Amino acid sequence: MSEANNAHNVSYLEYKGQYKGLLAWIFSTDHKRIGLLYLYTMLFFFSVAAILGLLMKTQLIAPGYTIMGPQTYNSLFTLHGIIMIFVIVVPGLPAVFGNFFLPIMIGAKDVAFPKLNLLSWWFYIIGILIVLTSQFMGDGPPDTGWTFYAPYSFRTPTNVLPAVFGAFVMGFSSILTGINFVVTIHRMRAPGMTWFKMPLFPWTLYGTAWIQILATPVIGITLLLIVAERLMGIGIFDPALGGDPILYQHLFWIYSHPAVYIMILPAMGAISEIIPVFSRKTIFGYKAIVLSTLAIAFVGYFVWGHHMFTSGMSGRALYTFSFLTFLVAIPSAIKVFNWVSTMHKGSLQMQTPFYWAVSFIFVFMIGGLSGLVLGSLATNVHVHDTHFVVAHFHFIVFGGTGYAFMAALHYWFPKMFGRMYDMNWANLGWGIFFIGFNTLYLPMFYLGIMGMPRRYYDYLPDFHGGNIVSSLGAWVMVSGIVIIFANLIRSARHGEKTTEKNPWGGKTLEWQVDTPPTLENFEEIPTIEKGPYEFED
Amino acid sequence: MSEEKHHIVSYRTHAFVLLALLVLTGISVAITQLEMGPMNTLAAMIIAGIKAAIVLAWFMHLKFESRFFAFMVSAVVVVFLLVLLVTFFDYSYR
Amino acid sequence: MTVHRDDLGDKMGMWLFIFTELLLFGMLFVVYAVYRSMHPEAFKLGGDELDVVMGTINTIILLISSMTVAMSISAMQKGNKKLALTLLTITLIIAVVFLVNKYFEWGAKFEYGFNPGAPELLELGHGTILFFGLYFIMTGIHALHILIGIALFIYVVWQIRKDKIHQTDYVWLENTGLYWHLVDLIWIFLFPLFYLIH
Repeated sequence: MSEANNAHNVSYLEYKGQYKGLLAWIFSTDHKRIGLLYLYTMLFFFSVAAILGLLMKTQLIAPGYTIMGPQTYNSLFTLHGIIMIFVIVVPGLPAVFGNFFLPIMIGAKDVAFPKLNLLSWWFYIIGILIVLTSQFMGDGPPDTGWTFYAPYSFRTPTNVLPAVFGAFVMGFSSILTGINFVVTIHRMRAPGMTWFKMPLFPWTLYGTAWIQILATPVIGITLLLIVAERLMGIGIFDPALGGDPILYQHLFWIYSHPAVYIMILPAMGAISEIIPVFSRKTIFGYKAIVLSTLAIAFVGYFVWGHHMFTSGMSGRALYTFSFLTFLVAIPSAIKVFNWVSTMHKGSLQMQTPFYWAVSFIFVFMIGGLSGLVLGSLATNVHVHDTHFVVAHFHFIVFGGTGYAFMAALHYWFPKMFGRMYDMNWANLGWGIFFIGFNTLYLPMFYLGIMGMPRRYYDYLPDFHGGNIVSSLGAWVMVSGIVIIFANLIRSARHGEKTTEKNPWGGKTLEWQVDTPPTLENFEEIPTIEKGPYEFED
Repeated sequence: MSEEKHHIVSYRTHAFVLLALLVLTGISVAITQLEMGPMNTLAAMIIAGIKAAIVLAWFMHLKFESRFFAFMVSAVVVVFLLVLLVTFFDYSYR
Repeated sequence: MTVHRDDLGDKMGMWLFIFTELLLFGMLFVVYAVYRSMHPEAFKLGGDELDVVMGTINTIILLISSMTVAMSISAMQKGNKKLALTLLTITLIIAVVFLVNKYFEWGAKFEYGFNPGAPELLELGHGTILFFGLYFIMTGIHALHILIGIALFIYVVWQIRKDKIHQTDYVWLENTGLYWHLVDLIWIFLFPLFYLIH
């Protein structure tokens, strides 16, 4: 190996391996490159799905036919949901920042199974491509919604099969990533990094990885049963053959509710990294955050039924699930208290990642508290399947995971690319986005309480006012996204170069390695003596 | 490079384990031929559980691995049983 | 790059994968339990249609194959390559025999019109349709795992012959063994649930 290409002094971005050009990326087993592969894929598909969302909101700006009819609208919200859930937020932070930073933060040179890691990305891409074929085949794009509820999913003539099968393949990607992370965290922590000296982001990835391993197979088999039902006429969920469609809903949510925690736990982890750094203070209640992470991961596995309060479950199941749902709110609230207490009397650094982190807490609380409205039986019946639900889960999934993703991206960007972004543009983009986001989703709570159902392209004239505000908000929010993305993309290519190891003054390991990191991250594996957030020394 | 000590299970032990599994299979076939109503299911499931535990402990080496492996397996079994239980909160009371 | 080797880590990865598989089959067992609780009579009658002798033979040979693969690991640890290969070959043959039996079993069911979508089956009522739907799906996915197991065994035998797997580096063999025991574990529950319980 020539001196210039030595793994210890060449940045991972410039390292010349066996392949060149694009191949050097899509066949790279370097966890950092794989992280970026996910990042680019996600940003692209996020843009696509955001445009779909914008089209839907534009349709809803007035009652009746504005720019599309019902069938188009149905297939748009289906594709929007499939992409946003399976392609963006479920892999989301673990696949991008987990891959990039987990090994560095625990002092390892790579994940435990680098080849498997690359295979995960390939499964992911192949899954996406299979899903996309559903849009262009003969019978028209699927119109089931991302939930593929039985029995409609095997009655509709549209191309449900490729969509379902694509989601199944993406599930493999998620499982392999989970396996990789659990083994990495167990086996590859640097000497001295005990479990309770591990930073919180790896901790949340650990909890998430377990859910990925234990919940994803559930959706896998459920989707396979839908395939079997469509292809071979095996009656499992079809009421005409004796099946119980509610059982499908059970199985679907046994995965898809824990999947919400797959989305939000790493988001909480990223926020727990950012808040102490920008408050210049030790995180408040480190162990409480760790334990609440594990508690959420565990209890979150048994609350799936709150998606089905009006489906015809038994009364006992209803209040069991409602009770468990309230239970899972406690550890989430503990985390919010910890973040706020960390900021209390801290020396706050008002910089872009911190803006994102604080606004995360704001929208996450709105999302979380509206979740309690949905978790209690009486109010749930009133707002079930209305825009209230849509507003709630956008506050959690987009507001929670999305904000944390942007926070993490702005926080780790200089380390990942070795360049700095324009902070003024970044702040402006954040401001516009934040205003647009709230203008878009807050009126939907109101519309939902008034009784506007979700998943319709049309509505009664009574709802017109709220929808105008909401649709305008969508345009404002998308303008914000355009500014943010343009700024980041320009900065990644032409931004001011930096080799500053620690631009924000963080204490975790990733701020002690080169910027951008070398191929093997560490010349020598460090020995850890202190906890991850010791600022006052 | 790998420095862990490996416990080598003797051929004799393996043969005994197989024998136990076969005997249990025989018992479960015999017992389910009797008319015992719902006890049939219970008996068959208990025997299957014992067989599974034997396979896990000896053939899958859980007995000889670090305790954490056994802990993980038990945790997964508990999660599964809880899912089954919670599902039947619905189906038992419809 | 230095080659990183961690046998315990590799084994842990395999166990985690096994957990995934357990939950995957687990959900099928949940479906089975739910429908059995709804149609106890039909499930009993369905079970009577299955061939207990054939099922028992398959159970016995699968248990034997579990032992041979476990023994082959012991043989490998003792450095007895030849014995390990023999035991693995026996395992492979048993796996194929299992599938052949399954083929005849399924064939008979098709003949009687118990296969999904068959008009005879549709006349038999909801419980029976569900029973045979589940029977074909669960034993089918199990058979798919046997097929994957066969592929893995062929790979392992080939690697042992090339001395890529040897006395001090045999984690591939161990993990393949774990996978095979998983296939056995699933069958340990499938067998009584479908064939035995009246």
